[in-house]
Amino acid sequence: MKILVCISKTPDTTSKIAFDSSNKKFVEDGVQFIMNPYDEWYALVRGLELKEQLGGQVDVIHVGDQNSESIIRKALAIGADAAIRIDHTPVDSFDTASQIAEIAKSRGYDLIFLGKETLDHNGSEVGGLVAGLLDWPYIAYASKLTQQNDTAIIESELEGGVRVIECKVPFVMSCAKGIAEQRIPNMMGIMNSKKKPLEVISPIASEAKIEIEKFELPSGKASVKMLSPDNIDELVDVFKNELKIL
Amino acid sequence: MIITVVEIQDNKIKKTSLEALSLASKISEIKGIKICAVCIGSDQLPVELGSYGADEVILPSAEALENDQITSLILQISKDKSASHIVLSLNSTGKNIASVLAAKLNAGLISGVIAVQAKGSDVTYTKNVFSGKATATYSIPNAVSVIAVSPNSIPVLSDKQKIATKLDTRFSIVPSKLKTLEKRIITGKTPLAEASIVVSAGRGLKDPSNWNIIEDLADLLGATTACSRPVSDIGWRPHHEHVGQTGLAIRPNVYIAIGISGAIQHLAGVNNSRKIIVINKDPEAPFFKAADYGICGDLFEIVPKLNEAIKKYKSNT
Ligand SMILES: Cc1cc2nc3c(=O)[nH]c(=O)nc-3n(C[C@H](O)[C@H](O)[C@H](O)COP(=O)(O)OP(=O)(O)OC[C@H]3O[C@@H](n4cnc5c(N)ncnc54)[C@H](O)[C@@H]3O)c2cc1C
Ligand SMILES: Nc1ncnc2c1ncn2[C@@H]1O[C@H](COP(=O)(O)O)[C@@H](O)[C@H]1O
Repeated sequence: MKILVCISKTPDTTSKIAFDSSNKKFVEDGVQFIMNPYDEWYALVRGLELKEQLGGQVDVIHVGDQNSESIIRKALAIGADAAIRIDHTPVDSFDTASQIAEIAKSRGYDLIFLGKETLDHNGSEVGGLVAGLLDWPYIAYASKLTQQNDTAIIESELEGGVRVIECKVPFVMSCAKGIAEQRIPNMMGIMNSKKKPLEVISPIASEAKIEIEKFELPSGKASVKMLSPDNIDELVDVFKNELKIL
Repeated sequence: MIITVVEIQDNKIKKTSLEALSLASKISEIKGIKICAVCIGSDQLPVELGSYGADEVILPSAEALENDQITSLILQISKDKSASHIVLSLNSTGKNIASVLAAKLNAGLISGVIAVQAKGSDVTYTKNVFSGKATATYSIPNAVSVIAVSPNSIPVLSDKQKIATKLDTRFSIVPSKLKTLEKRIITGKTPLAEASIVVSAGRGLKDPSNWNIIEDLADLLGATTACSRPVSDIGWRPHHEHVGQTGLAIRPNVYIAIGISGAIQHLAGVNNSRKIIVINKDPEAPFFKAADYGICGDLFEIVPKLNEAIKKYKSNT
């Protein structure tokens, strides 16, 4: 199996979220970026497990500038064989997907794995866009994958349950909780990652299909109204009169 | 023309589809263009679609379709109608088809939309970003837009005075590359993503056998249950109940958090709930800062008392 895993960066969860004075740009100063957890814990690890089961190769791809190299090296330390970085700051997810699809077209991958979404953008957009551009089937939010030769059985999200689907390679799949367990890179992995190939490729031309008007921080909550634990009818009144759920 | 995907299940229009249709209606008013609803899952015309804003309805097939077949149908219809907007819910179907459609239509895509506004004769779209810690508003200069609506964000309005006309145009169903072997429903209750009331509990419950008081409260309120991550990680509760940054992000009308500290990663999945009620014995618990109502005290005393009080209230009315 030749597997391509797409990795993105995202601000560490404890990062302060702030925007510039035009409110059109996220201020990255002092923000610690990490590999998007869904890509690291689920897409990458499931890719590595498949390689261990069936043989083959796992490549990671990232669309971004040089500052992302530590994230790419981490993916190599966890076990990916080689990395590709498209040297480009994407303008939107269509752009990201076009860059990835362009590479995937000519390199004979059987599978492309992604995370279910990036935590900063909260989009779930790139996976289906890549699939659509390549004309491959797409399965979103997979929580289990069993692969026999070229046939996969996948469990994916369905409201209140799961859908079990059969599909043949090639396909694109976005990964959610359940599909794999996080792996921590070991010393050997970290040492080896420095010797693994990291190819830097120029982007194809792109133009933005969506435009940011503004970012906004939520207006703070009016302060909490504390009710007495000794007079529970107060809460029942809130349920009844203010929340109207009784 | 706006194309809206309307899913019908057990002869009922899915609530998430009505939300998509309500958002499509707003776009239709701003842009002065009509809405064509494509019904998936039935060949019976739901007459009430007009009151939600549909001008035309297409019923392409009564069969159960795979997601790639739905994608192909919407593509054929979009081309036939020269559609400028495709609006659908970011429910499990939408997650599988919205972005594929955008690729095929070379469209501007925004998924997870929670509101639209007019900007002159154009439309801008707002969604949550940074795990709910901010919002972003976008415009789409592109000729075609694909808009996937976040479940539970758009009020459903049935006040339109339209009569939806059924169109008889035929479209072909392409063979699928996917084969659904089974749909396994885990809970009989309203799925968490669609629930309007959620009762959620965390490590403060101490032991899985204590969840009966949580279940009782949920049953009394007609609510769906949820939990914090450690609780599902150690197997006290099923994985599908896990909410937060790495679990499900939800936005119910009312979120009741019991014995949950309110860590930032938990809040990331629930801070868009309209009202938050917190029960915790620690006055310093961070969750109180995100709450609308709070009770500081022992949940093992408060929750059973609350359940009794609700029962009493219900038997008196
Ligand atoms: C990368 C990352 C992602 C994460 N993603 C998620 C996520 O998606 N969802 C999530 O929930 N967490 C997530 N976490 C974990 C998160 O940081 C917290 O550890 C977790 O939410 C804490 O769960 P809890 O509130 O149930 O438990 P605790 O933090 O142990 O809190 C228990 C609370 O119960 C209260 N309590 C105890 N006894 C009683 C009593 N008798 N009566 C009333 N109150 C009582 C305590 O005061 C306390 O506030 C993530 C962490 C990381 C690092
Ligand atoms: N810049 C990027 N480079 C490589 N992969 C990406 C990039 N952005 C997003 N992805 C992948 O696409 C998935 C979904 O991202 P999104 O559509 O932004 O929510 C992520 O989990 C990654 O696997």
